[in-house]
Amino acid sequence: MSAKVTLTIDEKEIRAANGDILLWTALENGIYIPNLCAVKEREMPAASCRLCFVEVEGKKKPVTACTQPVAEGMVVNTRSPRVDRLVKTAFELLISDHRLGCSKCPKNKSCELQKIAKERGFRLKSKRLKRLPKKEYIDDSAELFIFDRSRCVLCERCVWMDRHVVNSGVLGFSRRGIERSVTTFMEKKLAQSPCAGKCGKCVEVCPVGALSFKDKSERENGSPEGP
Amino acid sequence: MELAAGEKEEILKHVGAVLEEFKTTRESLVPMLQAVQKKVGYLPELAMEKIAEGLDIPAVDVYGLATFYNQFRLNPPGRYQVKVCMGTACYMIGGKVALESFERRLDIQEGETTPDREFSLERVACVGCCSMAPVVLINDMVEGRVTPTRVDGLLLEYKDGEEKISEENKEEARTKGADNSSSNEEGERSA
Repeated sequence: MSAKVTLTIDEKEIRAANGDILLWTALENGIYIPNLCAVKEREMPAASCRLCFVEVEGKKKPVTACTQPVAEGMVVNTRSPRVDRLVKTAFELLISDHRLGCSKCPKNKSCELQKIAKERGFRLKSKRLKRLPKKEYIDDSAELFIFDRSRCVLCERCVWMDRHVVNSGVLGFSRRGIERSVTTFMEKKLAQSPCAGKCGKCVEVCPVGALSFKDKSERENGSPEGP
Repeated sequence: MELAAGEKEEILKHVGAVLEEFKTTRESLVPMLQAVQKKVGYLPELAMEKIAEGLDIPAVDVYGLATFYNQFRLNPPGRYQVKVCMGTACYMIGGKVALESFERRLDIQEGETTPDREFSLERVACVGCCSMAPVVLINDMVEGRVTPTRVDGLLLEYKDGEEKISEENKEEARTKGADNSSSNEEGERSA
């Protein structure tokens, strides 16, 4: 596993350990590939956000960088018309049911969606798809943080954190299709759940404004707009 | 939803039996939930908790699975199960309006049950009599052309009907009791 391989990403020669995952190799070498659901420590990636597509020479179709191990002599292009089209569609789908209003969002300017939009020149609005915003649901019962379901992108990072690092098993998914959401058992408020929303580990991994710390949001809400 | 008297013991009994019957691995989760629903009529919170404990998985996973599949219900079936047809014809002509009227009148959402467990409300796909659209099923009775006014009528009918039935039964019991004191017990049971 420790053997080194040489590969080329966007015409840049990179050395990496054999078996490393392409997405992390690229990111560590300063090459940005959009991603939302990836967790480096996770053995089996969710590969559900469909944003980290890249072209690997010799492969017929674009592949997700988070599931692709590096190999000797691999030639990777992070951009191509096919990749751009796939990523743009995935992004538009995410935006189509995301509650926008970035100026009021606690993660404004530190949001992964904004970062992807900036990097790839996407708009935070979709003209092609009908907007179907999620029903507003805000749980602010936890001591440390706020859960805003309508800003969730279902990346599963918080659920993974909760299961594999914290080992509490409080968070999970419910329903399906457009109603799929991150939730607790019987949709109970976080304060009533076994963890009582005390550790906040799930908040640290949230790429968007669905989970945010209270003290930070208070600071931002109390800015010029306030009385 | 509050558990009825004696329901807790009933649930624990059935869940216990199910946990013994099936292998306690994650693959058994769906058949287990099906078995519990068959016995209890729905999936109470307590049953989901106990099954999660038995399988050693987070309770939220059991809840997630129960909400994923349409066949599972989380609320007890009411004495009168109202099913509003959302097939294409019924939907186009105002099935949604009928559903919303029921929601307003019963003060519950689709998939829920009134606290007295008299009415439960759900949506179904095509019932098969589109010429009568919008169609509503109340238990096994088919009601056609259900407008909001008709919704009020139907609810009155079933609420009144229930009183009438119970009064009849009481009278029956009374007359039976007068005829023969030994049949008193039977009369009470039917009431």
